[in-house]
Amino acid sequence: MTSILTNLFDGVAYGMLLFVLACGLAVTLGLMNFVNLAHGAFAMAGGYVCAVLVNRIGWPFFAALPMAFVASALIGALLERTLYQHLYARSHLDQVLFSIGLVFMTVASVDYIMGSSRIFIKLPEVLQGQFDIFGVGIGRYRLMIIVICGLLTVGLQLVLSKTRFGSRLRAAVDDPRAASGLGINVPQVFAFTFAFGCGLAGLGGALSAEILGLDPYFPLKFMIYFLIVVTVGGSSSITGPFLASLLLGIGDVAGKYYVPKLGPFVIYTIMIVILIWRPNGLFGRTATR
Amino acid sequence: MFVRNKTLTLAASAALAAAALASGAARAEDVFKIGLIVPMTGGQASTGKQIDNAIKLYMQQNGDTVAGKKIQVILKDDAALPDNTKRLAQELIVNDKVNVIAGFGVTPAAFAAAPLATQGKIPEVVMAAGTSIITEKSPYIVRTSFTLPQSSTIIGDWAVKNGIKKVATLTSDYAPGNDALASFKERFTAGGGEIVEEVKVPLQNPDFAPFLQRMKDSKPDAMFVFVPAGQGGNFMKQYAERGLDKSGIKVIGPGDVTDDDLLNDMGDAVLGAVTAHMYSAAHPSAKNKEFVAAYKKAFNSRPGFMAVGGYDGIHLIYEALKKSGGKTDGDSLLAAMKGMAWESPRGPISIDPETRDIVQNIYIRKVEKVDGELYNVEFQTFEAVKDPGKAKK
Repeated sequence: MTSILTNLFDGVAYGMLLFVLACGLAVTLGLMNFVNLAHGAFAMAGGYVCAVLVNRIGWPFFAALPMAFVASALIGALLERTLYQHLYARSHLDQVLFSIGLVFMTVASVDYIMGSSRIFIKLPEVLQGQFDIFGVGIGRYRLMIIVICGLLTVGLQLVLSKTRFGSRLRAAVDDPRAASGLGINVPQVFAFTFAFGCGLAGLGGALSAEILGLDPYFPLKFMIYFLIVVTVGGSSSITGPFLASLLLGIGDVAGKYYVPKLGPFVIYTIMIVILIWRPNGLFGRTATR
Repeated sequence: MFVRNKTLTLAASAALAAAALASGAARAEDVFKIGLIVPMTGGQASTGKQIDNAIKLYMQQNGDTVAGKKIQVILKDDAALPDNTKRLAQELIVNDKVNVIAGFGVTPAAFAAAPLATQGKIPEVVMAAGTSIITEKSPYIVRTSFTLPQSSTIIGDWAVKNGIKKVATLTSDYAPGNDALASFKERFTAGGGEIVEEVKVPLQNPDFAPFLQRMKDSKPDAMFVFVPAGQGGNFMKQYAERGLDKSGIKVIGPGDVTDDDLLNDMGDAVLGAVTAHMYSAAHPSAKNKEFVAAYKKAFNSRPGFMAVGGYDGIHLIYEALKKSGGKTDGDSLLAAMKGMAWESPRGPISIDPETRDIVQNIYIRKVEKVDGELYNVEFQTFEAVKDPGKAKK
């Protein structure tokens, strides 16, 4: 019984992590209709920024986390203005080729600068180890991930549905021409959203170094996971990817625990079954595009 | 295209062998070329870097002229992908006309080059890969690293003798992992031990958490772990995070998990892990102290077992060339290599003339803190261990 709860806890933590990593992609792919395979590169950038700040300069971990967000968001904003915006109107194939090229360039340059071995971020004592609640083992680090990611999800949902910026964004996505006719600065909204999504990925990258491991191949290794989250979740809202991340996280952990022989395939099986059942994802919109 | 290439290679390698035998062109006479194929990028890059470093160090210490020939090392990066290894080996043999191919960070890479070594009659010196069967893939393969059954059988015997009754195993699901598991299991169960849980983790594994939870719930006395060099750090972190160290489940296994390269960054959770392996940077011999000091001075890091595999590999090539009196054809070199014995930083080693595999001491070590740094401290020695994978046949 207790091991079920521990697995559930681990699964939720893993899922939350996937969500923070992938929700930026859900925004660019779903809301802005741009295929950005280089999303993982921004996550990796955040991870390395955090690692350098903590390990080499000696910043406390909790101060370095927001910096991971800021740094990735800035890089995102810069690249959006200089490169990405020229590709918004291009075909999806062009976007795929462009962003996968970007991934390879990032992998090679990070490998050159930081070396190819796996990097760990030195954690404060508080976050190490596990404690028991009624016999259920709770990892401190994973608990922190759940708290941070949970707060972020609530915050994001509120911003998108309740604020002025949220409604502008939704308007800009639904019909850019009408939106700009109404005086909304569409490119600015997109740039801001893109940068924010990159920032989230950066934060996710910093958080995942401990669990997934951080090396220059991060963007390639986890690209498939991000894409699964977005396809399974559908890309019309952030609730979809959120539930999809949880489902995949729990499914993956439970699969590896209960049927270790099949473990790695459980996540793909879930994806296939869901996509057969709902080809547009759990919360996909049908026939609006 | 493929067929054409293959015929070309055949023809070219035959021609090369003939040329070497007849000691053809004037240039080939003065230069002895070693094609070094190791992963310098990718997940196994630390292996390649250590081997490359060790070879550079050896050549600094011993000069680059042997038996009147200038040694030239041509370094190629295969990123541990066997397709690359094969292509690079072909290019080295056909275009660069190397006399020896060496390196090979992972088992599939060593396999991929084996047929080329046979066709080209060129010695293939395996400096890293550890699956038992490798040396049987070509009569031109010689190994200076280790085999997983060497260390796994010994840790199996040790576990039985030291009151470990129940073991859960966690091994990476590829050839060396399966080798390690099979040889450990055989010795351990033969001695009366019980395997309570057996998990094979995928090689590209992001998160050990669920597997470790399964280990924990099966309540063993110890867990037997094999993960390739490089993944040990991630494994030990999660082992500690899950509190397995506090629930008294010890880590035992072949020494890959406590690789010297990463050991010092693993944190105190790794203290007390008992492994069997052929090299520790803390090996208390004068030869090793000198080697570690020189390596640290040159590259500012601690040498691991991969570095020693490379260091001994280049030594073997140097000595073979001396012994053959400067004869550079594959068969003369191979004949010189067979049965050669010398003192390595890891202790006395030799090349088994029958199997061309390495015969060496295997040490049981425990991770301890020495001068504030984590080291594998050796406390028991099994002398001149042959590869048990072949002894059976």
